[in-house]
Amino acid sequence: MRKVAIYGKGGIGKSTTTQNTVAALAEMGKKVMVVGCDPKADSTRLLLGGLAQKTVLDTLREEGEDVHLEDIRRRGFGDTYCTESGGPEPGVGCAGRGIITSINLLEQLGAYSEAENLDYVFYDVLGDVVCGGFAMPIREGKAQEIYIVCSGEMMAMYAANNICKGIVKFANAGGVRLGGLICNSRKVDNEREMIEELASRLGTQMIHFIPRDNDVQRAEINRKTVIDWNPVAPQADEYRKLARAIDVNQKFVIPKPLAMDNLESLLIDYGLAA
Amino acid sequence: MELNPHTVKDELLKAYPKKTARKRAEQIVVNERREDGSLPEIRANVRTTPGAITQRGCTYAGCKGVVIGPTRDILSITHGPIGCGFYSWLTRRNQTRTEGPEDANYITYCLSTDMQDEQIVFGGEKKLRAAIEEAYAVFHPKAIAIFSTCPVGLIGDDVHAVARDMKEKLGINVFGFSCEGYKGVSQSAGHHIANNQLFKHVVGTDETPRPERFKINMLGEYNIGGDAFVIEDLLERCGITLISTFSGNSTYDAFANSHMADLNAVMCHRSINYVAEMMEKKFGIPWIKVNFVGAEGTAKSLRHIAQYFNDAELTERVEKVISEEMTEVLKTQFEVRKRCEGKTAMLFVGGSRAHHYQLLFKEMGMKTVAAGYEFAHRDDYEGRSVLPTIKVDADSRNIEQLEIVADETRYQPRKDPGELVQLQTAGMDVADYAGMLPDMDEGTLVIDDIYHFETERLLEIYKPDIFCAGIKEKYAVQKAGIPCKQLHSYDYGGPYAGFRGAINFYKEIDRMVNTKIWSYVQAPWEAEEEMEADAIAS
Repeated sequence: MRKVAIYGKGGIGKSTTTQNTVAALAEMGKKVMVVGCDPKADSTRLLLGGLAQKTVLDTLREEGEDVHLEDIRRRGFGDTYCTESGGPEPGVGCAGRGIITSINLLEQLGAYSEAENLDYVFYDVLGDVVCGGFAMPIREGKAQEIYIVCSGEMMAMYAANNICKGIVKFANAGGVRLGGLICNSRKVDNEREMIEELASRLGTQMIHFIPRDNDVQRAEINRKTVIDWNPVAPQADEYRKLARAIDVNQKFVIPKPLAMDNLESLLIDYGLAA
Repeated sequence: MELNPHTVKDELLKAYPKKTARKRAEQIVVNERREDGSLPEIRANVRTTPGAITQRGCTYAGCKGVVIGPTRDILSITHGPIGCGFYSWLTRRNQTRTEGPEDANYITYCLSTDMQDEQIVFGGEKKLRAAIEEAYAVFHPKAIAIFSTCPVGLIGDDVHAVARDMKEKLGINVFGFSCEGYKGVSQSAGHHIANNQLFKHVVGTDETPRPERFKINMLGEYNIGGDAFVIEDLLERCGITLISTFSGNSTYDAFANSHMADLNAVMCHRSINYVAEMMEKKFGIPWIKVNFVGAEGTAKSLRHIAQYFNDAELTERVEKVISEEMTEVLKTQFEVRKRCEGKTAMLFVGGSRAHHYQLLFKEMGMKTVAAGYEFAHRDDYEGRSVLPTIKVDADSRNIEQLEIVADETRYQPRKDPGELVQLQTAGMDVADYAGMLPDMDEGTLVIDDIYHFETERLLEIYKPDIFCAGIKEKYAVQKAGIPCKQLHSYDYGGPYAGFRGAINFYKEIDRMVNTKIWSYVQAPWEAEEEMEADAIAS
């Protein structure tokens, strides 16, 4: 079983990219589980066709200790397993601690056991690495490979670089590695070249460049992944390519995060100023 | 054998890495006046070096445990996981005495919200509300105090908002303390937070006039082992009315009415000077430093209070009480001096106790060779004259500093400034504390926030006859063959305040330093083994 975590700046399209890619893996016959690590609990909406999912933490709160795997796991598109960690409403409590509790519970309940015959588990993690709780998937080997969703926008690249710092911190203790950058295009000038260069300076690869296509939004309005909504759409093929690239990926590295001025010079050399 | 304190200091510093040694060099000071006659400067109220074993407690301990805990009818609820509540249950031997069987006394109870994983994740305010309502339904207290433990600050529960709502809903006074354990460098931060909230929410809320003539509050007296009872008795016999003690044997109503006093007498300067200063600013009540530990200090304090009120009859009564008490005191002093004269003591405790108890040892003919505070600030060592030169660091700025102005209707200066200057000239500590250093001999060692390593080295080097500290140090000290008197809890003893307390203390210390038991710390067979080993070696 490969354990994959998807990180990236807030709003960059982590959940959308994760679910579309997972749909493609499922189509390839892979058995995949998605664990949403965001208190908003919207990481599995497209796979499930809606937000019907009851979160792990809500279930734990209502049922006490007597929780079964079936209570917190739903079947989604292509026989994927979907779970949402959940968490407090904004401004209350500690969402990070919630992620820790939730992942521990999934482990205890055997969600990752051999018997489940999983090929992949995907953690879709909220925003940047904001505190210890959100780093949980990359600590203690919960996730082994990380993909960072980014774009050619400056803040997305800053975030990607910051996440790399987090990976370095845990790489030695937990063995986590960076599998590559996924460029979710925002149609920034020189975007592909810039992210390729960023990836190479980080010591990794741009594993796929996803062009911008409104079919993604159309599918989303219908609570579906692109593959589910229109399997012959060109964008569906982009996600299939990404899924295959991940499936055959061999390049797992400890990234070398850039110093701030190097990152800025990259933007000047390749970005709008170029 | 005379030990050179500078050599001892070097010996202690030798073991530390450079940076730690540099910092400790400013916290370990030889008490020698400088050429201009000024006291040496000591570094205090700064962070303990990570890795060192410190005597200090946390901010929650200072707030709940020290200042508010001794009040019997404020219901204290600890908001946090169960450990903080459980381990702060009854642990300081604060005694209290109700007026009658109908009176509330919650000191024996321990209330906690028992925060669990669920409250950490989803927030604990709901459970706190439920706890307050449940506690109210069971006890119907006049007031409820909520104490924040570390996780409360981390997850951002707003205890003050909950307190406001509950105050409105239940119609009793409910107030919260942001005294998360990590807030300060020691429990000292918790004292300040407790002072602030007590002043904001309780002091001055009951306007019932008090007809008595000589009305005082006793500040910084916590009734360990019954100390407050002794002081209350003395004051009563002198005809002095004690409106409130902060906070030994105290009640909510007494705090609320305490602004009717005409004088604040401050015992523990460190833990309560904030309330004293705020009451002076807002209501015009002057404060003087007193000390009811030691017979001499007690007599002097009573005389100062009489002098303040400047009444012939009061002075006469005070003198009568002093002379009644002193006969027995002197008799006991004479008796114990035969066995204790010249013996040595070390005191590392508190924020005023390490000073006050030296005076008791002095009365027994014993010498203090080294002393230091656990959580005091520079002014407690060097006197309040250094206050303007104390650097306020980021850790201290973290604690709210209330801006107090004179109350529009209730500000009423009890003395005019000229009178206060006169009292000061007459030898009274008006709004002043001279600190511990002037009372210590030249060449003694003064150590702030002593680290355990230093404690052990000092015991080896000086071999004092007695060491005064707390429970965490007690058994390590006694294993070294030196008796340890706890000055937080008094072990199982006390009272030690006032004249009667002084007699108790003399007898207790006489017993502790003159028992033969300490010569038997090494078991006979351990001594034999050494001999055998020697025989084999030769």
